[in-house]
Amino acid sequence: MVVGDLVVVGDLAVVGDLKQSNFKLFIFSMPLLELRDIHKTYHLGGETIRALDGVSLDIDSGEFISIIGPSGSGKSTLMHIIGCLDSPTSGTISLDGIMIHDASARQLASIRNKKIGFVFQFFNLLPKLTVRQNVELPMIYSGLSSKERRERAMSALESVDMEDRSKHRPSQLSGGQQQRTAIARALVNDPKIIFADEPTGNLDSNTGEKILQMFDKLHTEGRTVMLVTHDPEIAAVTPRRIEIRDGKIANEVDPKLSGQAPRFNLA
Amino acid sequence: MNLLSVIASGFREIGAHWFRSALTMFGVICGVASLVTMAAFVKGKENLLKESLAESGGLERITIESEDDLPDYQKHLEDEIRGITLKDVYALKNNAPLVYNVTPIVKKMSFRSDLKITRKGKSTRFTLLQGTWPEALDIMEHEIEHGRMFTEIDDYFANNVCVIGTEVRNALFGEYDENGETIIPINENIFINYKPFKIVGMFKEYMTEEDRKKKEEAKKNNQSVSQADRWSRFRYSDSNSQRTMRVYGSKNSTILLPLNTLVSKLDSSFESGSKMDRSLSELTMKIKDVSLLEKSLQQVRNVLLRTHNGLEDFEFETQEAFSEDITLAIYNERTSGMFIAGICLLVGGIGIVNIMLSSISERVREIGIRKSIGATNLDIFSQIITESIVLAVSGGLIGLAISPVLIDTLASYAPDTTPPIMTAASMIVGFSFSVITGCLAGLIPAIKAAKLDPIEALRYD
Repeated sequence: MVVGDLVVVGDLAVVGDLKQSNFKLFIFSMPLLELRDIHKTYHLGGETIRALDGVSLDIDSGEFISIIGPSGSGKSTLMHIIGCLDSPTSGTISLDGIMIHDASARQLASIRNKKIGFVFQFFNLLPKLTVRQNVELPMIYSGLSSKERRERAMSALESVDMEDRSKHRPSQLSGGQQQRTAIARALVNDPKIIFADEPTGNLDSNTGEKILQMFDKLHTEGRTVMLVTHDPEIAAVTPRRIEIRDGKIANEVDPKLSGQAPRFNLA
Repeated sequence: MNLLSVIASGFREIGAHWFRSALTMFGVICGVASLVTMAAFVKGKENLLKESLAESGGLERITIESEDDLPDYQKHLEDEIRGITLKDVYALKNNAPLVYNVTPIVKKMSFRSDLKITRKGKSTRFTLLQGTWPEALDIMEHEIEHGRMFTEIDDYFANNVCVIGTEVRNALFGEYDENGETIIPINENIFINYKPFKIVGMFKEYMTEEDRKKKEEAKKNNQSVSQADRWSRFRYSDSNSQRTMRVYGSKNSTILLPLNTLVSKLDSSFESGSKMDRSLSELTMKIKDVSLLEKSLQQVRNVLLRTHNGLEDFEFETQEAFSEDITLAIYNERTSGMFIAGICLLVGGIGIVNIMLSSISERVREIGIRKSIGATNLDIFSQIITESIVLAVSGGLIGLAISPVLIDTLASYAPDTTPPIMTAASMIVGFSFSVITGCLAGLIPAIKAAKLDPIEALRYD
């Protein structure tokens, strides 16, 4: 990748003796997310399962990507590893310049809190809290004052058109409204990347369409969004699509490589 | 995540299952309330016993009585027994520097038929007549409220004077006159064995602090204390309390006379002869230093063996045994009470462990959600343990709040017991025990919750 006069290659986070100003330039230019040869194996009753088998992937800031694959293909494992919920058996990942494959549990929690937003299939809101309290939750863990929490929660709710429901409980909301609340919660700490795991899986097609439009809008606002789905139709809304099969990247459609035929990963 | 919001979420969690929380708290409430109540009853008893120990002269007072039963090797000398005499008093005064205020006492009790104390057709039920020296006032812990103590001159001339306790006044004069004023019978005459004696002084009324308060309250409400109520203090059941009540009762029923007056005018066995050889009921004295009790007793014994020609016809009576009894009784009650309260708290703690464990297994998904949005293991740990502490501490506070009610109820159902005193120390101990219970009970569930794998937890239904 060429930025200005500098040619950027390889693993940049290890270049330590650069001056501050230059360093910023590097961060700007490196991929937001960089996976190199990620393996994840489980041991179930003496049997070894290779959930991920050598995945390498670069995602730039501002991209809208979908990961597709049937269940059991390893797409969820991939999302969990990128989302700092799980760590790989081998391989390296850097997210926003931080090497997360060997970070401590505490650092991972902090990354999940500040750099990552999750949207789940089952919304995963806390039923005892109101909409606003749910949205405030990530900020409680990042230690913001209650005044600032309230302001930011309300503006996040406004961006998903949920500000008039702030005092409702999740059980009083429709599925679409719950998912919008979950999106607001994912946005509220201004994360580097948003993961959506089957975000429309529990919604009717109409509502699902609106939620997808919302992700599209987030993308046009410049956010990095990653959809994880088994449904090619949903994946079609994203410009870049990565297909996972048997723990490997089987197929990738990338507009940056426009005009070329879909590239097959032979690894 | 700051402490305040953790505590707030703890309260929210309790509020969400208030009935379950109340049942859980019940164990801790019982534990803390029983601890405080038990401590209050023990403290009440302890105070009463200590008061009575001080009233009877404290540990410094020792008494020597005549003993007719000689040790075996002196049995053949029984005829030589002369008992305690005034000679012993002077010998001790001169030769036993570890003791002071050596005072002779001749006792007579009115329930023996040879002693009648009367005035205008009224007589006393039970009176302790003691002929002694003016020093007795200090050594017996008597306090003159009205009039004066008799003097050495009264003793020298064997004047017919006496100092009385309030119970004697009550029996012979009544406590209050028709205007409700307390009767002070100074300079009145009473008859002891039909001989007139002038009252020169009257002691204050001896009673426990608790009884004094009750009496003042009753007086404020303009009710005179009925005779039945006055005697109610003799209903105390166990032996230590009875002993306490005897101390107060006998002090109030005392008449003190000069020794010479009693011996020369009331003693039917009065013999002519040397004044020094007059036999006494007992000798009483104080030790200068309680830590030298053993040495003082040895010194007194040595002096008395000389004056008694080697005969051990006397015995010592100290307050030490009483004091040991008190310490032991208090220790026993405190231990058993602590044990019961401890079991209550243990049961309460196990109740909390149980409910916290079932609560986290209901909330596995919530914990997964919290972790996925950035809660650290420590955040989850502190959330669960805070909930447990909030439960226990709320229970503890409720327990503290109901314990005065519990104490009053128990005290009114069992009036025979000594009046309980609620102490700050027991409340602090009770409260800190509830905090400790909360911490310990929350530990296992909190560790379990903190260790949950976020992915597994998110999949959990």
